[in-house]
Amino acid sequence: MWVYEKKLQYPVKVGTCNPMLAKFLIEQYGGADGELSAALRYLNQRYSIPDEVIGLLTDIGTEEFAHLEMIATMVFKLTKDATADQMKEAGLGAHYANHDNALYYENAAGVPWTASYINAKGDPIADLYEDIAAEEKARATYQWIIDMSDDPDLNDGLKFLREREIVHSQRFREAVEILKEERDRQKIF
Amino acid sequence: MSQKQLPKEFYPLMEELQVVDFVLVELTLYLDTHPNDTAAIQQFNEAAYYRHQLVPQVEQYLGPLQQFGNSYSGYPWNWNEAPWPWQL
Repeated sequence: MWVYEKKLQYPVKVGTCNPMLAKFLIEQYGGADGELSAALRYLNQRYSIPDEVIGLLTDIGTEEFAHLEMIATMVFKLTKDATADQMKEAGLGAHYANHDNALYYENAAGVPWTASYINAKGDPIADLYEDIAAEEKARATYQWIIDMSDDPDLNDGLKFLREREIVHSQRFREAVEILKEERDRQKIF
Repeated sequence: MSQKQLPKEFYPLMEELQVVDFVLVELTLYLDTHPNDTAAIQQFNEAAYYRHQLVPQVEQYLGPLQQFGNSYSGYPWNWNEAPWPWQL
C-alpha cells in the first residue's frame, strides 16, 4: 500500500500569477513524458520484471508521485488568482471553459492523458530502456520550460526536478547492467 | 480557501525534514543498485535515525504528517486541518 505524507519533497515557490507558464507546465502533469506517465509506467512494470530491479521501480515510481504533487502545486499557485480574462490571454480559454481553474491531466496542447503514452513490453531490457528514454525526455522538457520561464522562484523547483530525472536515468542504466551481468552469468554455466 | 498561518518556527524544521528526506531518497535509490555498500547503508541508517528525532518536532506545529497510524492524532482529529502542502 502507499502512505501519504503531508509535505512536498522540495519547497515550491512561485513569483507571480502566470497562467501562461502553467499552460506549459501541464505538459509535465498529464503529458506523454510527464510525472503521471512516469509513476504509472514504473509501478506497472514491477510485476513482470526480475526481482533485482523491483525495489528500484517501486522507489522511483513512488518518488514520481511526489514530483506530480510538486507540479500540481506549481500549476495551482500560478493560476489560483487568475481571472477568466487572464486564463484566456494565456491560451487557457478552452481549459477554463471546461475546467475553470481546476487541474486536469492533459498536455500543454490540451490533449487528455492516455495510457498509450506508456508501454509494458514484458521484456526487462526493453522496459528499462523505455524508462531511461522517458527520464531523458522529461529532463529535456524541464529544460525547455526553464528556458521559457522568467520566474526564478519557479525555476528553482524546476531545476530540482530536472536533476532528479538525471539521477533516475543513471539508476535505470545501472539496473540494465545488473540484468546484463545476471544474463551473462547464466550463459557461462 | 482559509489560509491557516503556521508559526515561523515551523518553516526551518520543515526544510530540515526535506533535507534529510532528500538524503534518504538518494541513498535509497543508490542502494537499490549498490546493495553491498556498507558505508552507504550506515549513512542511510544514521539519516533514518535522525528523521525519527525530527518528525515529532515538525508534527508539533503541523499535526500528523502521515496517516494509517504512522502519526498520532491530537484532539479533535487534526489530520484534515489546513494547510495542505500546496497551500503553504
